[in-house]
Amino acid sequence: MVLRGARQARPGLARIVLTLCLLPLSGCGALSGGFLGGAAGRIANLEHHEFLIVSAILVLVWLPVFILVPLIAWHYRISNERAAYRPQWGFSWILEGLIWIPPTLVVVALSVLLVRYTTRLDPYKPVASTVPALQVQVVALDWKWLFLYPAQHIATVNQLVVPAGTPVEFQLTSGTVMQSLLMPRLAGQIFAMAGMRTKLNFEIDKPGSYFGENTQYNGDGFHADKFTIQAMTMPDFTRWVAQAQTSGTSMDAAAYQNLSRQSLVDHPLVFGQLAPDLFKDILAQKIQPGYLAQHHEAGAHG
Amino acid sequence: MDSMVWHSLFGRFVWIDLPVVKAWQDPTISNIIAGAAAMIAVFGALAGLGLITWLRKWRYLWSEWFTSLDHKRIGIMYVCLAVVMIVRGVIEGVLMRVQQDLAVNAPGILAPDHFAQFFSTHGTIMIFFVVMPLISGLVNFAMPLQIGARDVAFPFLNSIGLWLSVGGAVLVMVSLVIGEFSTGGWSGYPPYTELAFNGGVGPDYWIWAVTMSSLSAMLTGLNFAVTIYKLRAPGMSWMRLPLFSWTALCTAILMIFAMPPLTVATLLLAADRYLGMHFFTNDLGGNMMNYVNLFWLFGHPEVYILILPAFGVYSEVVSAYSSKELYGYVSLVIATMAIAVLSFTVWLHHFFTMGQSANVNAFFGILTMLIGIPTGVKLYNWTWTMFRGRVRYTAPMLFTLAFLITFVIGGLSGIILATPPLDYMMHNTLFLVAHFHNMLIPGTLFGMIAGCQYWFPKAFGFRLEEKWGKRAVFFWVVGFYMAFMPLYVLGADGATRRTVEFSNPAFQPWLLVAMCGGFLILAGLASLFVQVWVSVKKRDRLAVPVGDPWDARGLEWSISAPPPEYNFVSIPQVGHRDAFYWRKRNHGAYKPADHYRDIEMPKNTGWGVIFGLGMAVCFFGLVWHIWWMAILFGLLSIAAGLVRSFQRDLHKIIPAAEIEAADRHWLAIAAAATPVSRHLEETPSNEGRAIWPE
Repeated sequence: MVLRGARQARPGLARIVLTLCLLPLSGCGALSGGFLGGAAGRIANLEHHEFLIVSAILVLVWLPVFILVPLIAWHYRISNERAAYRPQWGFSWILEGLIWIPPTLVVVALSVLLVRYTTRLDPYKPVASTVPALQVQVVALDWKWLFLYPAQHIATVNQLVVPAGTPVEFQLTSGTVMQSLLMPRLAGQIFAMAGMRTKLNFEIDKPGSYFGENTQYNGDGFHADKFTIQAMTMPDFTRWVAQAQTSGTSMDAAAYQNLSRQSLVDHPLVFGQLAPDLFKDILAQKIQPGYLAQHHEAGAHG
Repeated sequence: MDSMVWHSLFGRFVWIDLPVVKAWQDPTISNIIAGAAAMIAVFGALAGLGLITWLRKWRYLWSEWFTSLDHKRIGIMYVCLAVVMIVRGVIEGVLMRVQQDLAVNAPGILAPDHFAQFFSTHGTIMIFFVVMPLISGLVNFAMPLQIGARDVAFPFLNSIGLWLSVGGAVLVMVSLVIGEFSTGGWSGYPPYTELAFNGGVGPDYWIWAVTMSSLSAMLTGLNFAVTIYKLRAPGMSWMRLPLFSWTALCTAILMIFAMPPLTVATLLLAADRYLGMHFFTNDLGGNMMNYVNLFWLFGHPEVYILILPAFGVYSEVVSAYSSKELYGYVSLVIATMAIAVLSFTVWLHHFFTMGQSANVNAFFGILTMLIGIPTGVKLYNWTWTMFRGRVRYTAPMLFTLAFLITFVIGGLSGIILATPPLDYMMHNTLFLVAHFHNMLIPGTLFGMIAGCQYWFPKAFGFRLEEKWGKRAVFFWVVGFYMAFMPLYVLGADGATRRTVEFSNPAFQPWLLVAMCGGFLILAGLASLFVQVWVSVKKRDRLAVPVGDPWDARGLEWSISAPPPEYNFVSIPQVGHRDAFYWRKRNHGAYKPADHYRDIEMPKNTGWGVIFGLGMAVCFFGLVWHIWWMAILFGLLSIAAGLVRSFQRDLHKIIPAAEIEAADRHWLAIAAAATPVSRHLEETPSNEGRAIWPE
C-alpha cells in the first residue's frame, strides 16, 4: 500500500521526499522476494537462519566501533581543554589483547558455524526425504531456461513445474556462455557452464508460484532471462505432467538448435516429448548450438 | 575506395562505427547519448589542446612535466590522470542509477548493449584508471620523501609506468569516440568475451587497455619495492618506517605477484581472439574456469592493492590530526603484512558458486574471514590513536572518521558474503555491488582523497581551502549511504547486478533513493573541484612555504613546500620513528646543512612518453586490425626502449652553490615565519611552521 502511494505521487521533489519518508516502512515488503523475507523451502529456511545468527554476531562486532569512534573523536576534540593529552602514548598490552583476541574468537565462532552450514547446505547434497527426488536437467540458453524432465519425457522453457514437498535435483549445463541460476526464495546459485555439469538440490515447502533468474550477464536479453516456478501438490503435478505429455511438440536436437539461438521467449513453452539423451548430447556438445548458425547467417548478410 | 585498400588502411573500421554517425542514422535516446558523449570527449580534448596552445604552454609541459623523471611530478601526473578519468567514471555511475530508476517495467533511456558498456567502462575505469593511478601517484609522491630518498630506484621505469597507464586510459577514451567498449564487465569473463559471442572491437579495447594498466602496475610495484628495500635513509630501520611506506611496500609486493596473472589472462584471451586458440572457448578443450581462476588470482590481491595504501593514508592522517603517536605501530605493521599474505589465499571466494565441494568452499570461506581479524585490529588502532589526542576535524580527518564507521558495515557484509551458503543467495546480486562499493568508496577512495588533501600543501606550497573540503565530505558520505545502502536491500531481494531493466515494482523507491545518492556523489566530486579552484585563487593566503602545516611527524614535512627537485639537501640521519617530530622536539629542525655538496639527478627524457603512447597506438591498430599501424608503432616503442638503453649521458649535476642558495632562502622564510598552534591551523596565519602543543 505504501509502495502504491509512492508510485502514484507526482515525479519531482515531492516524490523524492515522500519516498524517503516512507522507505523504512516499505523495507519489510521489499524483502519478501528474497530468502530473508520470503524463504519458502528447506534450503532457503536454513540459509535465512544462518543469516540471522551471523548477523547477530556481526552486530556485536559493529557496536564497539560505532560507539567508540564518535565518542573518542568527540571527547578529544581540540577545543575540549579538559580532555587529557598524552602525545607519546602509543601502546598498551591490555588494549592489544582487547583488539586481537575478541576478533579472533569471533572468527573462530563464525568458522565453526561456516563449516557446519556449508556442509549442510552443499548444493550437491541431496535433500533428505522419504520421497525420491524429482530429476530435472537444466540448460541455460541465451536468454531463456530449458528444463528437461527425463523421467516424465517432457520439457519446458522458462517455466519450472515441481511438486511441493518433494526434493528436486537439478543437473545443469549451459548451451552458451556461463550463467548462474538463482531462485531467490528457494535455493542459491550454481553456475551453468558449457561442457560441464553442476548440481543443485532443493525442496519447496508449499504450493505457490516463485521465480528464478540468471544472475550472470549474458548479453542484451539478460534482464529478461528469468523463469517462473510453479509448486503444486503431487496429484496436481501428475495431472500437469499428463497434460503436458499430450502437447504435440517435441524437444529434440532440431528443436534445441532452434531454441538455442539468441532470442527472448514471450511466454513459457511446453514440449510433450523429449528425445532420449538430449541432455547428454548437449553436455558433450554434439549438437551445434543455434547461436553459431546465427553468426554465420549474420556474416553472410553483412 | 576499393574495399581491399580500405581494409588494409583502416582494418575493420566502417563509418557506422562512429557513435556520432550511428546517432545520426538511428536517433534513439541511447544512441544520442552515445553520440553526445563522443562529441564531449572530442571537444573536451580539443579544448584542452587548444588552451595549451593558446597559453603557449606546450614547451613548458613537455620539458618540465611529460619528460620529467622526478618522482613527485610523476606522482602528480598520475593523480591528474585519475582526476580526468574519475569524472567519466562517476558520470557513468550516475547515469546507470538514472537508467535503473527509470527502468522499472519500462525501457528507460539506455539500450541494453549501451548499458552493458556503461558498467564495463565504469568498472574498468574506476579500478584501473582511477584508483590504481591514485595509488601509484600518492606512493610516488610521498614514499620517497618519507624514507629520505632523492628519487625512486628506477626513475625511467617510473616514467614508462606512467605513460603505459596514460596509454591504457587513452584507449578507453578513444573507445567512446571510435567504435564501442566491451560489454563483458570489468572482469571480462569468457566465453562471453570470446569471438563466438562478441566478435566486435569492444572486448579488444578492454583487453589492451587492461594489459597496459597491468604492465604499468607490475613495473611500478617493482620500482616501489626496490626503492623501499634499498634507498631508505641511514638509520631508517624497518620498525622506523612510516606506516604509509609500509603499506606502499606491501602493495608493491602484491603488484609484483598479482599483476602477472592478469596480464597472462588477458593475453591468453587475446590469443583466443586473434590467433584462433582455445584457452577459454566452449569447444575444442577450452575451459573458462582457468580464466576465472587466473583473473581472481589477480583480482583478490588487487582489492588489497587498492585498500592498503588507503590504510597507510588513514594511519598518517589520524596521527597528524590528533597530534599524537600512532597507537600500536607494531600491531599495524603485523596486521598490514598479514593482510598482504592472506590476500593470496582467498581468491576462490569470488566463485563459491562454480560447483566445487563443500570442503573447498569452507576452507576458502574461513581464510576469507581470517582477513577480518587484522582489518578489525587496524580499525581499533586508529580509534585508539585519537584517544588522549588533540583531534581537529579537517576534511581529511572527517573522511577518516566517515571511513572508520562506514568501512565496518562493508566488512560485515563481506563476512556475510564469505559464508558460502549466504553467498549462494547473494552472489551476482546488487548486495555484492553494495558490498564492494562499500569497501572501495569509504575505504579506498575516501583514503585517496584524504591523502591528496593531506599532502597537497607539500606538493604545491599552499593548503586547500577547508570549507569546500567539508562540503565535499558531506556530499560524499551522505551520497554514499543513499546510493548503496538501498542496494543491499535490493540484492537480498534477488535483484541481479548489471541489469538494464527491472520488473519488480517494489524495487522502485529503493532505486529512486539510490539515484539521488548518485547525484549527491556527483556533487561531492564537483565540490572537490571547487575546493581546488577556490584554493588556487586564494593561494597567497593559504601559502605554507615552510612546509609543515599540520605539525606532522614524517621526514616529508621537514623540507620546503613544494620540495626541491632533489628533496633533501643532505640525506637525513634517522634516529627515531616519527623522525621529524623528534627533530622538532630537540630543536634540530630548520638548520642549515654542515656542508653543501653537488647533487646528481636523472635528466629528463621523452622516451618514456614515446614508449607508452606508441604502445597505445600499436594496440589501437590491433583493436581495429590495422596491421601496419600495430607493427609500425610496436616497433617504434621497442626502438624507444633500445635507444634509451644505449644513451650514456643520463644525469645532470646540480651545483652546491645553487643548492645552498635555495636552502638558505627557505631557512630565512622559516625563521621569519610565526609558528602557530593547532588552534590556528585553518587560519591564514598558518605558514607551515608549528608550535609545540602543550
